[in-house]
Amino acid sequence: MKIIVLAKHAPDPQSEVGIASDGKSLSLGTAVFDINDWDRYAVEEAIRIKEKIGGEVLVVGVGKNCDDTLRKCLAMGADRAIKIPFDGGIDAYQIAEVIAEAIKNEKFDMIFAGLMSQDVNNALVGVLLAGMLNLPFATAVTAIDIKDKTVRIKREIEGGYQEESELPMPCLLTIQSGINEPRYVSVMGIKKAKTKEMKEVKLEPKSKKVEVVKMYLPPVKKAEMITGDPDQVASKVIAILKERGLVG
Amino acid sequence: MKVFAIAEHRFGELNPLSIELLNLANKLGESNAVVIGKDVSKFAEELAKFAEKVWKIEDASLENYTPDLYVDVLLQLINREKPDVVLVGNTAQGVEFAPYLAVKLGYPIVTDVVAVNTANGFVVSRYVMQGKIMVDLKVSTPCVLTIRQGAFKEGAQKSGKVLDAGIKPSKPSARKFIGYVQPEVGEVDISKAEIIVAVGRGIEDAANIPLAEELAQALGGVVAGSRPVIDSGWLPKDRQVGISGKIVKPKLYLALGISGAFQHVMGMKDSELIIAVNKDPEAPIFGVAHYGIVGNIFDVVPTLLDKLKAKK
Ligand SMILES: Cc1cc2nc3c(=O)[nH]c(=O)nc-3n(C[C@H](O)[C@H](O)[C@H](O)COP(=O)(O)OP(=O)(O)OC[C@H]3O[C@@H](n4cnc5c(N)ncnc54)[C@H](O)[C@@H]3O)c2cc1C
Repeated sequence: MKIIVLAKHAPDPQSEVGIASDGKSLSLGTAVFDINDWDRYAVEEAIRIKEKIGGEVLVVGVGKNCDDTLRKCLAMGADRAIKIPFDGGIDAYQIAEVIAEAIKNEKFDMIFAGLMSQDVNNALVGVLLAGMLNLPFATAVTAIDIKDKTVRIKREIEGGYQEESELPMPCLLTIQSGINEPRYVSVMGIKKAKTKEMKEVKLEPKSKKVEVVKMYLPPVKKAEMITGDPDQVASKVIAILKERGLVG
Repeated sequence: MKVFAIAEHRFGELNPLSIELLNLANKLGESNAVVIGKDVSKFAEELAKFAEKVWKIEDASLENYTPDLYVDVLLQLINREKPDVVLVGNTAQGVEFAPYLAVKLGYPIVTDVVAVNTANGFVVSRYVMQGKIMVDLKVSTPCVLTIRQGAFKEGAQKSGKVLDAGIKPSKPSARKFIGYVQPEVGEVDISKAEIIVAVGRGIEDAANIPLAEELAQALGGVVAGSRPVIDSGWLPKDRQVGISGKIVKPKLYLALGISGAFQHVMGMKDSELIIAVNKDPEAPIFGVAHYGIVGNIFDVVPTLLDKLKAKK
C-alpha cells in the first residue's frame, strides 16, 4: 500500500496574526507555525495503515519553509518527503497544480489530505487534486477500512450523522480531525528522520484563478465587555445571572 | 447574469440553505435552481417559489448523493446552459463535489463565501484564519462559489417554472453509497440542557475538565465542548457543540476558551444568554456573545466558583 499525504506548514490562527502593510496579505511575524492540524491526522492515519499492512508513506509539502513540518512527518514514521518550494497564497488551484505535477511519476493507492488548512480554510486542495488526477474521492473522512482494492469509509455530514461509502483504489480522501489520536514524535523518530530522503522539486503553477483585492479585520464586537479584576468580573457575572434568575 | 443554485436535500427534506442560494441568485440576475435526485417534484415546487426556473434532474441512481454522479449530471447541464455563476451550499455535501466540478469546468472556485459585490468586477468576501480576518477576492466569471449558511437570508419571492433537464448520468458512480450512520447517543443530552458550560482548546488539558465540571455543577448545568476537546478525547462525542455535533439553545451558554469558529457558532448562536471568556480580545466568539470577558479561564473560573459557593 502506497499512500501520499499532503502536509502544510501553517500558522496557528490563535497565535498573533495580522494584516501586512500592503493590505493584501497576512502578517505572520510572530505566529506559531506547525503541521496543519487536519494534516496531522492524515499523516497519522497513513502511518497506521502502513504499520498494519505494509507499504510506503510519502509526504508532500508546498512552501519554501515547510521543512520542519516534513521532518516532523518523517519523524512520525513517513518514509520520504517531497518539498515543493513554492509559496502560494489563497489560490488553492496553484497548490493543487504543483502537487499534481510533482507526483505525476509516483504510483500510489491513496492520497490523503487534511480536510482543510487551519489558516486559509479553503478546504480545496485535496478535491481539486482529485479532479486534476481523475480520482474517485471522499471528504471529511472519519473511518477507513481497507479490503483488497477497495476502501470502505465513513464521512462526516451535519448533525453528528455519518455517511458510509465504498471507493475503488486509487482514490483521494480528505481526513477530518478526530479520526485517530496522532502520535507524538519520539527522539528515536527524530534520529531516523535525519536519514530519510527529502527531495526538492522546483515547480511554479501555470494558472491564476483568484486575486486578493484586500484583507481586513471583520466587523465584530457585539458583546458588552465585562472588565475589572477577577473578583469584580465574577461579581458582575453573578449579578447578570441573578437578574435572569439563573442563580439563586 | 445567469445564476445556477444547486439545491440540497437529505432524509426527504430540502436544506433551507438552498433558498438562501436563490436569494443571492435573485440579487445577481436570473435565478435557476437545480435539484437532483430520484423523485424531486416536491422540492422543485418549493424551489419554484424563489427561482425563475427550476431544473429537475431525476434518475433512480441519483436517489442518494454521490459526488461522481452529481458532477456528471451537472457538467452536462452547465455545459449546455452556460450559467455565469454556479452557487453551491458550503455543506459537507456541497464543499465536497463543488471543487471537483470546478476543475472539470475549468472555472475558478471560492468556498465559504459570505458576500458578493459586483460594483467593481466580481468580488467575493470570505473569512480566513478561522474567522479572524476577512478577505475580498476578485474572481472571473464563469465561476463556482460555495455559500455559507446564514449569509443571504433575505430575498425575493418568485413563481418560476419547473423544467425537466432531460439529463441522466452517463456512467455508474465509482463511489458506492452504502448508508447513513446515526449519531451516538450518550448519557447526557446537551441539546436539552438549560445551562451549559462549554470548554474549548483554551482549557488546555484533560486535567482541567473537572474545573469546568465543578462550575457546571455549581450552576446546575452540564459541560459541553468544542470539537478539538472532543477530538482529543477530553469529553465524549455527544458533548460536542456545532455543525457536526449538536445544536443547543440553553438559557445560559458560558464559553470558556472557545475562539468562535463558524462551525462552532452555528451550534450555539441562538442561546438565550452567551457569556464568553477568552484571553484574545479579537476572538470571533465576542461577535456572538452577549457579554465578553477578556481574561484567563484559570483566573476567572476559580474566582467565580468561590463566589458561587460562598452564596450557598
Ligand atoms: C467540517 C467541519 C466541521 C466542524 N464541526 C465543528 C463542530 O461541530 N464543533 C466545533 O466546535 N468545531 C467544529 N469544527 C472545527 C472548527 O472549525 C474549529 O477548529 C473549532 O471550533 C475550534 O475550537 P476551539 O475554539 O476550542 O479552539 P481554538 O480555535 O484553538 O480556540 C481556542 C481559544 O481559546 C483561547 N484561550 C486559550 N487559552 C486560554 C485561557 N487560558 N483562557 C482563556 N482563553 C484561552 C484562545 O484565545 C482561542 O480563542 C469543524 C470544522 C470543520 C472543517
